[in-house]
Amino acid sequence: MQPAPVRDFVVGIFVFAGLAAIAYLSMQVGGVRGPGGFVLYATFDQIGGLTERAPVVVSGVKVGQVSKIGLDDDLRARVELDLDPDVKLPIDTSAAIMTQGVLGNQFIALEPGAEEEMLRAGEEISFTESAVLLERLIGKFVNDAGLKED
Amino acid sequence: MRVPAVENLGFATLKLIENLGSIAMFSVRILSTAMVRPLRIRRFVNEVYDVGVLSLSIVCLSGFAVGAVLGLQGYDTLVRFGAEANVGAMVGLSLVRELGPVLTALLVIGRAGSAVAAEIATMVTTEQLDGLRMMSVDPVDFVVSPKAFALVFVMPLLAALFIVFALMGGYLVGVMLLGLDGGTYFASLESSIEFRGDIVPSFSKSLVFGVLVGLIATYRGFTSEPTAHGVSAATTGTVVTASVCVLLFDYVITALWGV
Amino acid sequence: MPNGGNWEGPGAPDVRTPPGEREFRIAADGVYLKLGGRKVFQGLTCGFFRGQISVVLGGSGAGKSTLLRMIGGLTRPDRGTIRVAGVDVSRLPERQLYRVRDRIGMLFQHGALLDSMTVFENVALPLREHSQLSESEIEAEVMRRLNSVGLENVERLYPRELSGGMNRRAALARAIVKDPEIVLVDEPFSGLDPINVRRIEALLTQLNQELGITLVVTSHHLASSLRMSHRIVFMVDGRALSGTPDDLLHSDDQRVVQFLEAEKNQSTEAYVSAIHAGGGAG
Repeated sequence: MQPAPVRDFVVGIFVFAGLAAIAYLSMQVGGVRGPGGFVLYATFDQIGGLTERAPVVVSGVKVGQVSKIGLDDDLRARVELDLDPDVKLPIDTSAAIMTQGVLGNQFIALEPGAEEEMLRAGEEISFTESAVLLERLIGKFVNDAGLKED
Repeated sequence: MRVPAVENLGFATLKLIENLGSIAMFSVRILSTAMVRPLRIRRFVNEVYDVGVLSLSIVCLSGFAVGAVLGLQGYDTLVRFGAEANVGAMVGLSLVRELGPVLTALLVIGRAGSAVAAEIATMVTTEQLDGLRMMSVDPVDFVVSPKAFALVFVMPLLAALFIVFALMGGYLVGVMLLGLDGGTYFASLESSIEFRGDIVPSFSKSLVFGVLVGLIATYRGFTSEPTAHGVSAATTGTVVTASVCVLLFDYVITALWGV
Repeated sequence: MPNGGNWEGPGAPDVRTPPGEREFRIAADGVYLKLGGRKVFQGLTCGFFRGQISVVLGGSGAGKSTLLRMIGGLTRPDRGTIRVAGVDVSRLPERQLYRVRDRIGMLFQHGALLDSMTVFENVALPLREHSQLSESEIEAEVMRRLNSVGLENVERLYPRELSGGMNRRAALARAIVKDPEIVLVDEPFSGLDPINVRRIEALLTQLNQELGITLVVTSHHLASSLRMSHRIVFMVDGRALSGTPDDLLHSDDQRVVQFLEAEKNQSTEAYVSAIHAGGGAG
């Protein structure tokens, strides 16, 4: 059959658009991360509602996501963070579990430290702040209020 | 003692098994011709144009509309629980898991599946396929395979575009009409959908649907009676059979793999 | 004439047949075929000589087209054999049929050109698929064939843009593009006006005379059949009577006589009513 350049071009664009859509859905929405991520670990007493794929944020900017959640030998929560390869964090960086808004999803906020030496791949973040559970807070509030009355 | 109802049931069952057998043999033929040279790339590309590019407008428009409706309905429901921030997740999950693959498949069946069946059936009626045989060209290799493979290839691509346009529709409704925060929409969307659990099964479904439509449309066309009635029967039969199969397989896949 | 009225023998091989050749190039022997519950052939035996134009005559549903399809291997008989150029095609697997089909071209009743491709691409298809010619050689061949069937400037058109007659001629060009030994032609005259009928008749005769192609033609059209054929195979009651055109015209067989009468009356009626219509208006 005779080649029809315009038709081929249009087909090419169509296929490209379709593949781009798949890529967008897979990576941006689905959270597939390309190879070359930079992995760190953090251990918490309590992670609250933190789930896999929760964002990891530095100064409000997303730099990665939670890739795995498990328990370590002391039955504390060990969280694996998959970060962008170009992120540089000092060894005294701290990790805290925060909540979006009051009732929103939970995420990890990293506060960079002041040291000059940087964390390397596979290392552990030393300073962690566990999640604040709303139920405990309310319970405490009620308790304190009750105590005050006595 | 003869019971007509039972006889009919038995006959229908045997006919079904016979048809399944023929379809199986037919698919083997399609695969075997595709693996041998000549590869018919040019014809494949032309078919992708006919099946894919020409379905683009209906898929994208419908996608956008469905997404908008989902956004509207979703907001309406979620707002009663104060959870309207999750509209993105709701729209996204419904689309990716079910509506994207299934609705795209049904649209493609109507637009392209019926056209393929009609075209092949017409070629049977006008002896074009016999003409090919007399020229020692295998009609399955020359006509059927490119169309079948085009339908399989095109389905996941169209499903992806459907979903993307639907997400845009949901966004437009949620953010511009209902005052949702754009960032929240995408944040809830992205945090609730994951690659392995949602995206992969979604596109696997699309591929399965593509295979179903590709097989049924070409088979119906190829085995049609060489009359005008035969062409029309092949066309309507394709739409009915393929639609039912897509919905059935959707249930089976969802039930078996918990997607 | 060898056998008086019942002319079921080979019939006279005449000037076109190479001397000494008494063998049929194409032969059906004892063929039985049932299609859709209907008995089409019941012991059909007939043959065609090389280098001749043979016309298969018969009423509608007599099986003329089916015979052609069997020769091409598109339909298989239930019983009996069909030999083409020495090969029994009735039981041959599809793959091996391709070698026989290499020597056969077939012109279908409505052309059967692929409507998704241009006339050029259609005629070029057999060459592109099965020959080693370069694109420019193919182009030359295709244009040559189109010219030989009297078609100019149609290469870029699609079959739907051609008239019925032009479609058939293009399909004929496709059928002969690989220089086949045998060309099977199904109802070439149906639905054509008298001018186009003459055209096609002249083309077929030319193919036979200039290129020595063996033609097997099915037809309803008595006049053209008698004019251009060397041999007639008359199909009736699932079997065949064969002979020269003369044999047919002088046959005692009642069925033949009835057929001839009906055909004559039909033409005469058409002629008469046409005169009346013209006369009435005038």
